[in-house]
Amino acid sequence: MKGNPIAGSVRALVALVSLFLLVACGENSPPSGADAEPSITVYSSRKEHLIKPLFDLYTAKTGVAIRYITDSAGPLIARLEAEGASTPADILMTVDAGNLWQAAEQGLFRNLESPTLSSNIPAHLRSESNQWFGLSIRARTIVYATNKLSADELSTYEDLADPKWQARLCLRTSKKVYNQSLVATMISSLGEAQAEGIVAGWVANLATDPFSSDTTMMEAIAAGQCDLGIANTYYFGRMKKADPSLNLALFWPNQSDRGVHINISGAGVTTHAKRPEAAQALLEWLSSPEAQGQLAELNQEFPANPLVKASEEILAWGDFKADKVNVEAAGRLQAAAVRLMDRVDYR
Amino acid sequence: MPVLLMAALVMLPITVILLSWGTAETAIWQHLIETQLGRLLRNTLLLVFGVGVCVTLLGVSLAWLTAMCDFPGRRWLDWALMLPLAVPSYVLAFVALGLLSYSGPVQTLWRDTFGVGVWFPNVRGPGGVIFVLSMVLYPYVYMLARGALLSQGRGLMDAAQLLGRNHIKSFLLVALPMARPAIAAGVSLALMETLADFGAVSIFNYDTFTTAIYKSWFGFFSLTAAAQLASLLLLFVGLALIAEQRARGNGRFHQQAKRKRVGFKLRGWRGLLASAYCFSVVLLAFAVPVGQLLFWAFETAATDIGPRFWGLVEHTFLLGVMAACALLTMALLVAYGQRLKGHHHGGYLERLAGMGYALPGSVLAVGIMTAFAYFDRALINPFQVFLGLTPSQVLVGSVGALLAAYVIRFFSVAYGPVHSSLERIRPSYQEAAQMLGASKFEVLKRVYLPLLTPGLLSALLLVLVDTMKEMPATLLLRPFGWDTLAVRIYEMTSEGEWQRAALPALVLVLISIPPVIIMIRRSRA
Repeated sequence: MKGNPIAGSVRALVALVSLFLLVACGENSPPSGADAEPSITVYSSRKEHLIKPLFDLYTAKTGVAIRYITDSAGPLIARLEAEGASTPADILMTVDAGNLWQAAEQGLFRNLESPTLSSNIPAHLRSESNQWFGLSIRARTIVYATNKLSADELSTYEDLADPKWQARLCLRTSKKVYNQSLVATMISSLGEAQAEGIVAGWVANLATDPFSSDTTMMEAIAAGQCDLGIANTYYFGRMKKADPSLNLALFWPNQSDRGVHINISGAGVTTHAKRPEAAQALLEWLSSPEAQGQLAELNQEFPANPLVKASEEILAWGDFKADKVNVEAAGRLQAAAVRLMDRVDYR
Repeated sequence: MPVLLMAALVMLPITVILLSWGTAETAIWQHLIETQLGRLLRNTLLLVFGVGVCVTLLGVSLAWLTAMCDFPGRRWLDWALMLPLAVPSYVLAFVALGLLSYSGPVQTLWRDTFGVGVWFPNVRGPGGVIFVLSMVLYPYVYMLARGALLSQGRGLMDAAQLLGRNHIKSFLLVALPMARPAIAAGVSLALMETLADFGAVSIFNYDTFTTAIYKSWFGFFSLTAAAQLASLLLLFVGLALIAEQRARGNGRFHQQAKRKRVGFKLRGWRGLLASAYCFSVVLLAFAVPVGQLLFWAFETAATDIGPRFWGLVEHTFLLGVMAACALLTMALLVAYGQRLKGHHHGGYLERLAGMGYALPGSVLAVGIMTAFAYFDRALINPFQVFLGLTPSQVLVGSVGALLAAYVIRFFSVAYGPVHSSLERIRPSYQEAAQMLGASKFEVLKRVYLPLLTPGLLSALLLVLVDTMKEMPATLLLRPFGWDTLAVRIYEMTSEGEWQRAALPALVLVLISIPPVIIMIRRSRA
């Protein structure tokens, strides 16, 4: 047996660890004059590559530094709640109105008195007490295979429950919040009993088990496993961008009644924000025409500010009437929607 | 003492989880029982059973071939069979579905050849999930069983054969029972990871107990109900561990280290069959997914590689190394402490210390975060105020807290190999050294450490790879700016951008390869 290399390397590594801990702690505790350098802290479930370009732009413009961590909405909300008054977060940014509603419900947002935000963001895209504000819009609509169907065979979300679609429909899993929000707004406008009948009809029409993502579902439609499905517009946009000749198209349902289901990504200033004015100023800038175009375009979404036009690519999908029900309903009725989908065995 | 400290650490998140029972969530429970619970339990049991059988068969048979036999290609298959460990389960799941689902190239070719409507196995069913999880988890069993078989040497096998047993019989009757603690440690790691897995099962949309936990949290917004479900999972794992311990009985598994390798020559078609078997496992579990990652990574490498990307690599590696050192130290101290006390099979505290591994990552992460946030608020902030400072967070969002989280989560991964190789050392060595006047720590340093080297290396490798892959705790507890490759993978995959996740995933796999090769080389020497 040769010497004892492990003991030596253990010692070296312990030294290394202590060094890193020192460095890390140094990074962690800002010098006492930290207030002199303005900076905003953001917890975001919108991903880095969709927010960083805007944050960089803002920092370049105003000199206000922005630091952030990204994670799913659930863990971030839990962290904000656990940290309470000592949280470093000034802004919570998430996707899906359900998550924003839930954060507001737990008292994590403060009310904002901001004429700028109130005029930039339409009322149905923000909370009634101005705690959170939508910053971009995505529609959840019907996608169909152009080699199998034509648009005039399609009409509404409800129609997808019709037996004529037997074994022709594909859906994403009910565990995804986008489907929960879609069903929640259906409960809000049609009532629970009618919504349940429709969702049960969808399940009866499924060609195969639900998919785990919109993209794999659309790939299955394109490959001919089924004829149509329900997907978010930006996933469709991304696939079309990669392959413009793809045999898929969008259809805007319910144009003669409530309109296409939309959802938002949005943000609010936290209750225990350390720099609430700076945070509010950032949100106001994000809702301004200057930021809105880029914010939406980064993810092929629609701007929340109605004065800002969507990108050329998106305008090419055609104009549509959107459901004007307040997106808050998605949060309020989310649990009911999940229970409903469980009852009809929509996995 | 060390075991008390470790158990106390693990109790932090578990206490948070158990406290959830203080709030009643009757409506959610009633709903779950009425609509879901039966299917969830059936699915979970099927998965655990399937993965358990597959990883045992794969791991033990491969370990037997590479450790006890000689066949063409054995020398490189020996370490190549470890490589799937570096492939995260969600990556293999995604690649497998991408290749084999209806829209994938395999079925497209199938339809073009045999026509539409010809039967093809349902890859999105339970069989698919079991296959994927077995392929990424068998290395735990393989590695530990291989180490145990190598250290047995050929003496006992020779004896068995002199007594008239053939190769197979002497393996089944002598080598296998001797390797049982190591195999059991490997299988229980694989099964705990199966129970906690969320990545692969959600890509397959296969409902298990874990998916129900996440659903209660994200769908019903009830972290309470999620924690209650998680505590049931914990109970289940605890019972299984106790059963395993009972079943093992009071046998002793000591033997001398370092013996000559057995090396049965497999000639002709037997040798080729052995090569083909090992090779196809490496192909399916490693070469194919990595090939797919390479293909995607080429498309994005030009735009995505930059200083930021190297920062990710650096953070990943730093955190991995720091966590591995902390974990090895803890595992060694606990295992040695238990041995000094004469507890060869470990007490309940030791079992408790390993429970972190069986909890779904996000639930554990939230438990740890809640506990640390509580300390920040209840202990540190008042102290800061007392000193005249502005209260701020010290624990949450610090590197120290993140390392503590890794230690809590991966303790049993480090402990398994360390403990099982410690168990194989005769107590007489220690007694001899002590009679010659060596102190406790001298015995550890001069007797145990050299004998434990293979076990320690296995532990180091396992926890290094595991921490670098770890996602939920890293996401929730990382300090600002400490993004890692796993964080990047999460950001891309959660948006469905698998092509852009390929580059960080590939680098994660690549930086795990050198430790694998080093470990196998050393254990051969």
